[in-house]
Amino acid sequence: MATAHPNSLTTARLPRWSPWALLAGSWVVVGVISGLLSAASGAELNIALVVLLGTVVFDVLLYVLARLVEGSRQAVNRLVTSLVATAFIIALLPLISLLWTVVVNGLPRFDPTFFSNSMRNIVGEGGGALHAITGTLLITGMATLISVPVGLLTAIYLVEYGRGPLARAITFFVDVMTGIPSIVAGLFAFAFFALVLQDPGIRFGFGGSVALSLLMIPVVVRSSEEMLRIVPNELREASYALGVPKWLTIVRVVIPTSIAGIATGVTLAIARVIGETAPLLIIAGFTASMNYNLFADRMMTLPVFVYTQYANPGTNVDAYLERAWAGALTLILIVMALNLIARLIARIFAPKLGR
Amino acid sequence: MPSTPSGEAPSVSTERPGIVGRRRSDGVFRGVTIVAGGLILAALAAVAVFLVAQSIPALVADPAELKGSPSSFWAYVGPLAFGTVWAAVLALIMAVPLSIGIALFISHYAPRRIAQALGYVVDLLAAVPSVVFGLWGITVLAPAVTPLYGWLTENLGWLPFFTPPVSGTGRTILTVAIVLAVMIIPIITALCREIFLQTPVLHQEAALALGATRWEMIQMAVLPFGRAGMISASMLGLGRALGETMVVAMVLSPAAVLSFVLTGSQNPSTIAGNIALNFPEAHGVGVNALIATGLILFLITLVINSVARFVINRRSAFSGAN
Amino acid sequence: MITRGLLAGASLIVAATLLAGCAANELGDTPSDLRGTIDGSGSSAQGAAQEVWVAGFQRQNAFVTINYDPAGSGAGREAFLSGGVDFAGSDSPLSDDELAGELAACAPGSSAIDLPLYISPIAIAFNVEGVDELDLDAATIANIFSGEITRWDDPAIAALNPETPLPAATITAVHRSDDSGTTKNFTDYLHQAAPEQWEPEAADTFPFASGESAQGNSGVVAAVRSGVNTIGYADASKVGDLPVASLLVGGQFVAPTTDAAAAIAEISPRIPGRAEHDIALKVDRTSQEEGVYPLVLISYVIACEEYADPDVAVVLVEYLRHIVSEAGQAEAAEAAGSAPLAEGLREEVLDAIDSIR
Repeated sequence: MATAHPNSLTTARLPRWSPWALLAGSWVVVGVISGLLSAASGAELNIALVVLLGTVVFDVLLYVLARLVEGSRQAVNRLVTSLVATAFIIALLPLISLLWTVVVNGLPRFDPTFFSNSMRNIVGEGGGALHAITGTLLITGMATLISVPVGLLTAIYLVEYGRGPLARAITFFVDVMTGIPSIVAGLFAFAFFALVLQDPGIRFGFGGSVALSLLMIPVVVRSSEEMLRIVPNELREASYALGVPKWLTIVRVVIPTSIAGIATGVTLAIARVIGETAPLLIIAGFTASMNYNLFADRMMTLPVFVYTQYANPGTNVDAYLERAWAGALTLILIVMALNLIARLIARIFAPKLGR
Repeated sequence: MPSTPSGEAPSVSTERPGIVGRRRSDGVFRGVTIVAGGLILAALAAVAVFLVAQSIPALVADPAELKGSPSSFWAYVGPLAFGTVWAAVLALIMAVPLSIGIALFISHYAPRRIAQALGYVVDLLAAVPSVVFGLWGITVLAPAVTPLYGWLTENLGWLPFFTPPVSGTGRTILTVAIVLAVMIIPIITALCREIFLQTPVLHQEAALALGATRWEMIQMAVLPFGRAGMISASMLGLGRALGETMVVAMVLSPAAVLSFVLTGSQNPSTIAGNIALNFPEAHGVGVNALIATGLILFLITLVINSVARFVINRRSAFSGAN
Repeated sequence: MITRGLLAGASLIVAATLLAGCAANELGDTPSDLRGTIDGSGSSAQGAAQEVWVAGFQRQNAFVTINYDPAGSGAGREAFLSGGVDFAGSDSPLSDDELAGELAACAPGSSAIDLPLYISPIAIAFNVEGVDELDLDAATIANIFSGEITRWDDPAIAALNPETPLPAATITAVHRSDDSGTTKNFTDYLHQAAPEQWEPEAADTFPFASGESAQGNSGVVAAVRSGVNTIGYADASKVGDLPVASLLVGGQFVAPTTDAAAAIAEISPRIPGRAEHDIALKVDRTSQEEGVYPLVLISYVIACEEYADPDVAVVLVEYLRHIVSEAGQAEAAEAAGSAPLAEGLREEVLDAIDSIR
């Protein structure tokens, strides 16, 4: 048995339940200690801090224990596992806090009135965001219609055809495009349409779609490009070998293989712009009334609705803040629905892979 | 078919007619993709022309007309540019390791069922509008971190980052960076997760079969495969952090200073935040000055992205994604 | 599952309403002969009041739509000058330069007029442990916000508040981080009433690099409320339940009430050298009259003397009449917290409105 290198297959292992027990134990111990401390000093017990400290204690304990029992390689593996889990918990704390805040504050006004009324002639309580919901759906929908074809086709060009200076230029400038500040996109769209249509006060939904497209396209290109790039070349070569032309290979093999990733990317891109406030304030404007026409008159959107309700309340501040939170909740639910649709698309079109 | 409209007649003429049709449709498809790419270049050129044309009046104007009467336009934009990069870098330092951790957790550690649900939650969070992050930053985060900042300045005040006096409201650049980090974590995570999930199963199984632990397998197979994608995802996150408007405007307590202090009242503002704060009341050359700062932000992003591209291209030779 | 149910319900309602083609509250207004859409843009201070006036006016005139975009005074004036909107809301009257230029919305050769329609006191709100009432004078306020006075138990504050137990704590003074008309009126007051302590002239931008800053009235109020030992200035209607300081005027301490604000507007002279119906006021910040509160924000509606499009003038005149009517002013006082115009000023403004063609 006295070999120089211990065989990992025969060394002792920690029992399967030990990490979980250790985690629970650390939380309880840290919780009790800080509970006593806070009781002594009269301060309030901070649950987030307890969870965080407990998890860190757990990381250290597990590493030491695994190092003693299982050897260094397993100990490193355990450490990384627990660190990854810790990262997850650290990140979840603010995210859960945020979601919780939105849901708790948003639910009081999440009622039928909110979805059947606009803000026309509403002062103080009551009123709703139907005009803003319609506007957001129309403007973002149009922006998606513009961005996804342009973005996806560009990504295809970059991955499948692009060699030489044009491809390099596009790649580079798409990166640059991610750096357009959203408010500049709004200013640009405003200046552009004011010039083209000769109307110095132009405010209309389509302009908002164009501004959002400027922000959306680089995200679509970047994410689709990554997803297309990791489609294995074997698939393409197999298709060519069967005599399938290149464009058909792309449409029938490459895109379906990466459709899940592309759908995620597009959803992300929509999510990126659907909450934009600054550009829409400038080009789509502000109104309290319904407007279904993208090509004429001001159009309200949910983020602008949330922002103005927060920033310019009347004397009955609570009514305005409740509407703002309900608007935020609605926006999140809309994206949630989009997410479901994207997943559905991915599931329908994606080929069944062997994993 | 003896002749075709294309210039490749010699090689085509010997082939069957079907091939010509294919070639043509291939050409059309390729043309369409080039048009799409060209459209992006045209749009960007238009934006650039707009930015430069609108910036020139501010660059040539008497600096006394700018906000705060700085000695020159560059003295005006300097602290803003610094604050922009500083806040974004702080956010990225916090967000990237966490995001990669979460993505790995979802792709390689969590049980399949839980992983799907978690992936869904993360995607959802990418959609929270920035106004809401701003509201959350003011009402929840800033009051929560104020005691911590007090402790930091008392005990670590000798570090340049925590020089007293401490902010009385917690609305500092560190708070903004935390909110920005929370904001970009879902973006970076979602992309990293998709890329990690695409790691060839054979690579992973080969590593495991050689006796690698899970972490060694990730080190050998997953991370090299995803390196370029991780940098791309981080750049997307950085782009959003650099250009974020509403969170900075709502949460930060800005001043025209250049300082590394993380916990004080006087924080350098960011370019995008500054535009949002001052655009509503801007008129005349003030508007041009704000657009000129937008141009500077544009250039900052350009430089950072070029560096990232350079890194990716140098590394791509070693990646497993061929 | 609950969220999914909610979502299904919500989408059903939305779908049903979209099919119906109209929001439930957009029906049942009284029809009138007026029709058309009027766009305005500008001061966010006026935003809540404009909302009230628009609602009242649209209820009586079913075929009229008025959009007021609270984008900011500067943006509103720019849009008005370039003809982008029919009227602007602004926290300061048009400057001579702006009046001299071409006004795209107006008939060629005609000029624009300023109508003071929204008056609100600017309150000095504070959040100090154990202090419910605070009396201050202009010099002390100037010293607090410029960073000269840094502690709550400073002798200058204690001398004005002999009865109050002031804590031995650092003052966190919160000012606006965005350019704003509120800051301009605040600094104008300090510069005129305490010129030795406050040298910089009135400006949209807060002039000193001291203290904290926050965005908008809402942001300042939030910062004052959530911080400790804080003080800040904001539109009185946005302050909510925070305690506010009284100002020393003519030997007495005056609270920021709407009556005291209306009183100072009434006695303030017009800026000289302007058109007959241009009611641009120069607020008398140093007034020592009884019961006036000189730290006020006066926000204007800027309209053309004569419109290029006469249809706009017809609707706009009716709308402005509604704003300045006793009912309109009372509605705004209740729902937006503004000070109703005093009778004398109201008559003047009404005359000016009637001159618009």
